[in-house]
Amino acid sequence: MDNKLIVTAAPHITGPDTTQKIMGRVAVALVPALIASVIIFGFNALILTVVTVASCVLFEYGYCKLVGREVPVSDLSAVVTGLLLAFNLPSTLPWWMAIVGAFIAIVIVKQLFGGLGYNCANPAIVGRIALAMGFAGKMSAYGFPVDSTSSATPLSSAAENIDYVTLLLGNHGGVLGETCAIALLLGGVYLIVTKVISPMIPVTYLGTVAVLSLLAGQDPIYQLLSGGLMLGAFFMATDYVTSPTTGKGKLVFGIGLGLITCMIRFFGTMNEGVSFAILLMNLLTPYIDELTRQDKLGIAKAKKEGTK
Amino acid sequence: MGKFLKRAAQGADVPHDKGTSNLETVVMPLPSKITLSMGQHIGAPAAPCVAKGDQVYVGSVVGKAGGFVSCDIHSGVSGTVSEITTITAPNGAVQTAVVITPDGKQEKDPAIAPPQVTDMKSFVDAVRASGLVGLGGAGFPTAVKLSPKNLDEIDTLVINGAECEPYITSDNRCLIEDTHHVLNGVKQVMKYLNIGKCVIGIEGNKPEAIAKVQAAIDDPRIEVKTLPCRYPQGAEKVLIENCTGREVPFPGLPSDVGVIVMNVTSIAFVSKYLETGMPLIAKRLTVDGDIVKTPQNVEVLIGTPIRELLDFCGGLTAEPGKVLYGGPMMGNCVASLDQPILKNNNAVLAFSKERSHTPKATNCIHCGRCTNACPLGLSAKEIVQAYNNGDVELLQKLNADLCMSCGTCSFVCPAKRPLAPSIALAKIMMKNGGKK
Repeated sequence: MDNKLIVTAAPHITGPDTTQKIMGRVAVALVPALIASVIIFGFNALILTVVTVASCVLFEYGYCKLVGREVPVSDLSAVVTGLLLAFNLPSTLPWWMAIVGAFIAIVIVKQLFGGLGYNCANPAIVGRIALAMGFAGKMSAYGFPVDSTSSATPLSSAAENIDYVTLLLGNHGGVLGETCAIALLLGGVYLIVTKVISPMIPVTYLGTVAVLSLLAGQDPIYQLLSGGLMLGAFFMATDYVTSPTTGKGKLVFGIGLGLITCMIRFFGTMNEGVSFAILLMNLLTPYIDELTRQDKLGIAKAKKEGTK
Repeated sequence: MGKFLKRAAQGADVPHDKGTSNLETVVMPLPSKITLSMGQHIGAPAAPCVAKGDQVYVGSVVGKAGGFVSCDIHSGVSGTVSEITTITAPNGAVQTAVVITPDGKQEKDPAIAPPQVTDMKSFVDAVRASGLVGLGGAGFPTAVKLSPKNLDEIDTLVINGAECEPYITSDNRCLIEDTHHVLNGVKQVMKYLNIGKCVIGIEGNKPEAIAKVQAAIDDPRIEVKTLPCRYPQGAEKVLIENCTGREVPFPGLPSDVGVIVMNVTSIAFVSKYLETGMPLIAKRLTVDGDIVKTPQNVEVLIGTPIRELLDFCGGLTAEPGKVLYGGPMMGNCVASLDQPILKNNNAVLAFSKERSHTPKATNCIHCGRCTNACPLGLSAKEIVQAYNNGDVELLQKLNADLCMSCGTCSFVCPAKRPLAPSIALAKIMMKNGGKK
């Protein structure tokens, strides 16, 4: 019996959180926005989401089988990528385009770099940007609410008359997951309460946009509630792999996101402010991480005394 | 917020599982033999001063300290030395060991008498003669700890009653059952080392112990500090920061910020030794785990085989997977149930095969939990990456050698990556100048 005792290095217990549980919570947090999108844009929104999620999972499965990598589908990260990508598509997009987006997100951005944890940019964001570049017409043919008379997206110049309540409820044009601010906030708060994400990135991102909007003479509440900002701030910018790890790093990241978003929104001509802000900050993340390490206990003090 | 930006140091929300905290300590009868390792402390091993066939008594010295940072080893039984052999310590080192077969009479060594203590020197000498080492787990010889170079700068004695490891309740029982000795020990150390203040840090999950100590304090210089229930409160540097607000510089010692830290069980032993002169021969420890039939706190002779201790607790209800010296966060696996109890053990835990299962590690998802949980502000993920790349320069920049192997990073990792063991390897690589 004795020689069968297991000997390993400490610690001998691990916490309850797993990658799968975390990704599962993110997926759950996206459910209110999904329900809202079906109500706003009709059944088509659900079908497009199912197509996108399924193709993300299948691409991940197929690619890993092909190259002989262990299939990580059960960690649910492909499901989350699929949901986020679908949320960034107009409900009227042809299915095959969504499948192309899923291929770009999963195979090119995620798996070619080494799989979960090794990608340098958020797969769903790159998928969206690639589709927006390649199929500009279809991607900006925003879906419109099934039962509404309003017909513009809030950030287009023709639509200055959308009121706050409409913005909160999301009963206006846009990509399918971004319009209902209340549903996104609900999901975001759930993620913060369950400690999946730290509030640092969303708060500093939204805060920076609000402050800059005020300075630029824009209506800050309108800016916060429109476009992909809520979706981006709570769900896309907080992607672990492509955002900084320390509190300080997240602060810098959030402010950077706000700055770039506002510059594109106020001075640019494209409607991809949030996507490009996140992509650019994703690429800066390794540098931010390196420059924003924490103070280590006793190290700063020893250094200070050394220079005395 | 400011602190969060500087160093999150959130620690880990480990399960408490302290099911034995209300159980009064029971004394285990004489084992069939005791095996006394000569390396039960940090520093040079002791040298055996008895030979096979020698008669020894309760409290007899069987191993002489092998240097300044070393410690005497005493017999807990009267009987005959049956063998001088070697055993493998939990860290893999091979140690000489003296095996004694008890005669059952438990005759006291005639030399045992309360020590004559009049001043600091005689006090420290008495502690040295007692064979006391840090009983919280580190096993650092206490007499050395009580002889800092800058004694006149020491103004605070911190008593570690945090007991932040899951399962273990022996310090909790010490605070409850030996309250008088804890406080008397504190007073003696304060008196002879001329220390003006004492803070006793106890985690908030021990309300009975906190109440009992608070009620017994009759000296305004001694205070109890209730610590948050976040692992690792009992880590020396974390404890000092939480009890005094001082940050121990690295590299450096608690004495550099005017602090001496002692464990509650160690301080209670100082008081008992001054009264009786009986050296360190027995230890209260928690026997627990999912397959231990009767989990309890046991006062056991040092050197008792783990097998006999487990049998005393009703035996095991299933095939063991892992048996640990100490808690599940920092404890070492026992390779054989014939291994003896050591001075610095505070628990023996036995787990079933299912509970001993090591989860499969998956890709790092860069979630930052390891970094934000590290009580010292280290970035485990980056250290492990630098280790894998053999980048010693980066390891130095990341201060990997500051790591105290508390295991918090591994515990919180959702990808179940073995971060703490990898950092331990990284520290070795730093010492070896880049060789793995």
